[in-house]
Amino acid sequence: MLKIDQVALTLGERQWLLDIELDTHGVYALMGRSGSGKSTLLNLVAGFISPDTGNVSWSGQSLLPLEPAIRPVTTLFQSHNLFSHLSVLQNIALGITANLKLDNSTRSKISDVLSDVGLTGFDNKLPGQLSGGEQQRVALARCLLRRKPILLLDEPFSALDASTRQEMVDLLHTLIKDFSPCVVMVTHDRDDVAAMHAKELSMQDGRVTLV
Amino acid sequence: MAGSLNWRVKPESHVQGRSWLATQASAWWVSGVVAFGIIMILTLSPLIAMVVQAGSIDWTAVLSNTYIQRVVQFSLTQALFSTALSLLFAIPVALALAHRPRFTGRTLIVNLFSLSLVIPTIVAIYGIVAVFGRTGWFNTALTFITLPSVPLYGLTGILIAHVFFNMPLATRVMLVSLESIPATNWRLAKQLGMGPYAIFRFIEWPSIKSQLPGLAVLIFTLCFTSFAIVMTLGGGPRATTIEVAIYQALRFDFDISLTVALAAIQLSICIALMGLSTLFRQDNSLSFTAYSAQSQNDHTRHYQRLLSSFWTGSIWNVLHVLTILLATMFVLLPLLALIISSFNEKLLPVLADPMTIQALLNTTVVALISAVLSLTLAISLLISTRHLRIRLQLERTGQWLQLIGNVILVLPPLVLGTGLFLLLRPFADVFSLALVLVIIINSLMALPFVLRLLDAPIMQSANRYDRLMQALGIRGWSRWRWIDWPQLRRPIALSLALATTLSAGDLSAIALFGSERVRTLPLLLYQRMGSYRLDEAAVTAGILLVLCLVLFGSIQRVVGGAKDAEN
Repeated sequence: MLKIDQVALTLGERQWLLDIELDTHGVYALMGRSGSGKSTLLNLVAGFISPDTGNVSWSGQSLLPLEPAIRPVTTLFQSHNLFSHLSVLQNIALGITANLKLDNSTRSKISDVLSDVGLTGFDNKLPGQLSGGEQQRVALARCLLRRKPILLLDEPFSALDASTRQEMVDLLHTLIKDFSPCVVMVTHDRDDVAAMHAKELSMQDGRVTLV
Repeated sequence: MAGSLNWRVKPESHVQGRSWLATQASAWWVSGVVAFGIIMILTLSPLIAMVVQAGSIDWTAVLSNTYIQRVVQFSLTQALFSTALSLLFAIPVALALAHRPRFTGRTLIVNLFSLSLVIPTIVAIYGIVAVFGRTGWFNTALTFITLPSVPLYGLTGILIAHVFFNMPLATRVMLVSLESIPATNWRLAKQLGMGPYAIFRFIEWPSIKSQLPGLAVLIFTLCFTSFAIVMTLGGGPRATTIEVAIYQALRFDFDISLTVALAAIQLSICIALMGLSTLFRQDNSLSFTAYSAQSQNDHTRHYQRLLSSFWTGSIWNVLHVLTILLATMFVLLPLLALIISSFNEKLLPVLADPMTIQALLNTTVVALISAVLSLTLAISLLISTRHLRIRLQLERTGQWLQLIGNVILVLPPLVLGTGLFLLLRPFADVFSLALVLVIIINSLMALPFVLRLLDAPIMQSANRYDRLMQALGIRGWSRWRWIDWPQLRRPIALSLALATTLSAGDLSAIALFGSERVRTLPLLLYQRMGSYRLDEAAVTAGILLVLCLVLFGSIQRVVGGAKDAEN
């Protein structure tokens, strides 16, 4: 269970008071107006910001002492998921080896996840040579490789057109069926909630509630 | 999805272990504190030495001294005129270049305009003398059409040289600003049927105007603290700036209290200028794009055609071509004159002269060490301020820490040199330490440029990727090796190259500390010009110019890597 326990947070002039429990294998979509601070919840779980008071825990263990990289969390950002100067292979490899030492077993794991997202043979391309949808799939391949039980999606479809969006939705469904992570997706599009068969969370006035 | 990866794992297993990483002390502030400390020691201790000395000065006598009054007044007036003229000439040139995106040789001309930062001041001065001097091309032409010749030395020469250096700089900054006007504005202008005057008033002038305050303060500061130009082209007490007066007081009169009094005045005016410039921080006069070579124009052909359709007709053609041609000639002719005159019968003897070779070696070594030192200080500061500004969201604090790198703008080379001289005099033979002192001063001189060139690319890269790097645990050496270095090597190479050439061409620090024993090429050139051995001076200037161009080019090639590496 992912538990946001009485978390109080002040950033600049804005305040949040968050308290919610999410199922270990649940799929949630966090809705809210733009500017309502939806991403704050993701940033708290990922560890980019720390709460003033309260706790964030996973399966009963507090995440707060952990740095982002060793939390049981992997994030698909809205943009800039890939380093533009590194190849697809290197970008994915960074998910498991921060110093980019590539042995044969790492290479074969990367080939596997690339074929999982339908991008076999794209290893040596640069992100700039890929379409927006392909770039998101590479980023998703890295999330797969990282094998973390919590998957955070920050507006994962916002930069995609209708057909690539559908591909991405299908891919996520397969992923969720196979690995059943705890998914928290931030979105401003109500269609995404239905498409992902997600339970809806709502963020308003610095509070989050299950709809 | 293939079942090849069975990674349904127990959720708990990820939380355990390795939590020592979390408690590992973060060392982001160490590099910044060390750099800050070094800069403070190098600047504060000479300053204290000066303050101690200044205690014994009779300030009412200083302020009523007519020589000092005249020097201060001249410093301010010439800087004011230089700034006004540079900006005034830059506006039509930038407009003409912006109006003509397809002008033949345009890229070459724009790149020529950025050369003025690479060409050592003293070299350009030689070229200017060759064109505008008493027997130069310009006056020869005037005499030929029976007009009286124009004397170069004095205010005229100083203004010509300052415009030579700063008009191209201002032009480039304005051009970058004009070219960043969005294409939709031009389409709108076309649709509304705006003519050239309306376009200037409503589209171009606001864009230029936004750059003027920052540019004006920058150029004013550069001209106010200008040393080599005033020393060579100024004449006597009538045309002397504070910076040159400090040099004369220390090296010729050896009047310590006059030196310190002048340095104190210079210091206080520079602090005022610095305060003024912080008011105009948002300008881009020293950003990466303003100096990086323009290999091609990004604008599409369609856009170029749209742009050129506004200024049609032969009057505009003549006006544009004439403006661009005149400005180009003004920058190109001195360089051309220098190159032509350096091929004379003294070429081989000067090249083989051990004095030349020694100076060449000194210059190269001093320039490279200063540049590396400057870059190291800048990167050390930026690593800490990056953490402050991006991870801790302390934008203000980070910027304040970065400001320490601009200390040389408050403490110009001759002032800092005076302080170092006073500080070290009791302990050592200052002149035998010449090269070390020159390295210190030159590295601090280049620091503001290096900082401003690196600031935007470093912050941009960090802004874009910081969370991703945190999420993936990329840090320390891995971060440098795989992310920072590939993304930043081009701006790093550019700033290193620029710092090297700035230092290689500098005359101020070496003029103060150089002697018969220790010379660099700029000093040798100055001495040869001063003793009217003009052929030898021409060759020396040619060597220094080639050295700077070679250093600038090869550092960018070697450090910056292939051109298409990363944009």
